[in-house]
Amino acid sequence: MPETSRRADANPKADSTAVEVADLTVAYRDKPVLWDIDLSVPMGVLMAIVGPNGAGKTTLIRSILGLVRPTAGQVRILGKPYAKQRRLVGYVPQRGSVDWDFPTTVLDVVIMGRYGELGWIRRPGAAERRAAEEAIEKVGLTDLADRQVGQLSGGQQQRVFLARALVQDSLVYFMDEPFQGVDATTERAIIDILRTLRDEGKAVIVVHHDLQTVEEYFDWVTLLNVQRIASGPVDEVFTDSNLRAAYGGRAALFSRELAEQRERAKGGDGP
Amino acid sequence: MSPATEIQILAAVVAVACALPGVFLILRRMALMSDAISHAILFGIVIGFLVVKDLASPVILIAAAATGVLTVTLTELLRRTGRVAEDTSIGLVFPVLFSIGVILISQKAGDVHLDTDAVLLGEIAFAPLDRLEWAGRDLGPRSLWVVGIIGVINLIFILLFYKELKLTSFDPALAASLGFSPIVMHYALMSLTSITAVGAFDAVGSILVVALMVAPPATAYLLTDRLSVMIWLSCAIAIVGAVAGYWLARWLDASVAGCMATMAGALFGLGFLCAPRRGLLALAARRAKQKTSFAVTALTIHLSQHEGTEREVVECRRDHLGEHLGWDKPFADRVLQTAIRTGAVELDNGLMQLTDRGRALARTAFAR
Repeated sequence: MPETSRRADANPKADSTAVEVADLTVAYRDKPVLWDIDLSVPMGVLMAIVGPNGAGKTTLIRSILGLVRPTAGQVRILGKPYAKQRRLVGYVPQRGSVDWDFPTTVLDVVIMGRYGELGWIRRPGAAERRAAEEAIEKVGLTDLADRQVGQLSGGQQQRVFLARALVQDSLVYFMDEPFQGVDATTERAIIDILRTLRDEGKAVIVVHHDLQTVEEYFDWVTLLNVQRIASGPVDEVFTDSNLRAAYGGRAALFSRELAEQRERAKGGDGP
Repeated sequence: MSPATEIQILAAVVAVACALPGVFLILRRMALMSDAISHAILFGIVIGFLVVKDLASPVILIAAAATGVLTVTLTELLRRTGRVAEDTSIGLVFPVLFSIGVILISQKAGDVHLDTDAVLLGEIAFAPLDRLEWAGRDLGPRSLWVVGIIGVINLIFILLFYKELKLTSFDPALAASLGFSPIVMHYALMSLTSITAVGAFDAVGSILVVALMVAPPATAYLLTDRLSVMIWLSCAIAIVGAVAGYWLARWLDASVAGCMATMAGALFGLGFLCAPRRGLLALAARRAKQKTSFAVTALTIHLSQHEGTEREVVECRRDHLGEHLGWDKPFADRVLQTAIRTGAVELDNGLMQLTDRGRALARTAFAR
């Protein structure tokens, strides 16, 4: 099926910078959560943000999206401040951040992805409905479109969020732990969709927890622990020494597991 | 119109005006904020009265609504210091404003028609006495006009900003990232709640406003999965509760406001028991069904274990069913009947035998 992005003509050159973060510092009262982060993410990459708990991964995304006010620093999306680029940015919050008992259906929630385009007061109509139904089909939830969202499994709820991001039809996506609490099938379905977005030249930035799958799923990675440890293509940056810098002693375990995994990937069943 | 009709219409309009913002209050888990606001506005009412010396003046309405918003702001500021939790800060702010209001009434306004009874319970029964007249013509009870206009404002606000209210209530983070400020919607909703509380204050007093704001939406929430339906249902339930409350009050010769709140609570109780999917009865029925269907699976597994063995004649005798599986006889009979009805088990001379379907059921249950 040919992609008919309504923004095809607005699509910037593949070499332009999707996200540029300079000297970003965020603090809650006097406790720094992020210290002087510099980050530059090109278009056309699928990037993981990894780091231990409390490393500031979610805060980084939230401050890029203007949901957290930074103490210092600048954020640019495709060369302009976020407030001017809202329409070009898609966001998938953590699944646990909303009340799934809310009286609303799958279709309703997915249509919310079009609200930004509609602006204040204007109501969604047939066009929005059609876009939402298409996205729901892409994530394989067509049969559940009229269900109240609380009746879905965790994996299905995550797919609802993903469908909602798809109808935003953005150029730069931020997703906060889209794989949390989902089954293996859903994880595959989600990663396939993220890869499709990347292949269309978009930038997809994902807060990720599972170090085991970083190399398989992503082509870029940012290692974070209050400070930026490293950021760049996975094969250059995702190294034992960087992991140890981000995770401290605990990384020893991870890097051993990773070494075994690489061994297995290279050939045979290992020792 | 007779005073009785006027009181009923007024009660229904007050209830609907309260239920409209109430829907979003309970969805945002802010039900208690309505209680805080409805108490704190007393401060504004008294201050307004002391300034203009006229209870009918719109200045009072504005002063009271401003106090409601002030309550919300102070609560938010206190919470943001990080020293107290949100419920604590609500509990700290509104009693201060309410108690200053009470002190001012007893000190300065003791001789006017503004006493603590009226503050607590309102006086809807006397509402028809205070008429609005224009060019010598009687336009009906003044409070009906006040509350009616407030209700219409609420309705227009919700119709205009339905999408924004829904989004900021369900997913404030996405709303903010799309440029729909959750803070703006929060204060807009709180301003409406304040104005509504002021309007309802005359009729039902400060304590019962919260019942009208919370109970009908909470009942509607049990009955539907759609926000738009929830809004209309809340209004319908509010009207039924208000009119039923009026007649209960007539019958008991009791406070109309008290009976309205009681009926609102009773309707919630009814919904809580009988709601089709979320009610207690539906829940109990579902549990019982689950229990039986699980027992049928257990029975097929039991039979499949002994199928074709020499103990089959003992283990699979119908009469021994309860004994072997530790079920009492009525339950064992019910399970067996369900198993036979659904075609999982057949009876052959008092011996239970699995059908193909029963075997498949046991297999899939095991595979899980």
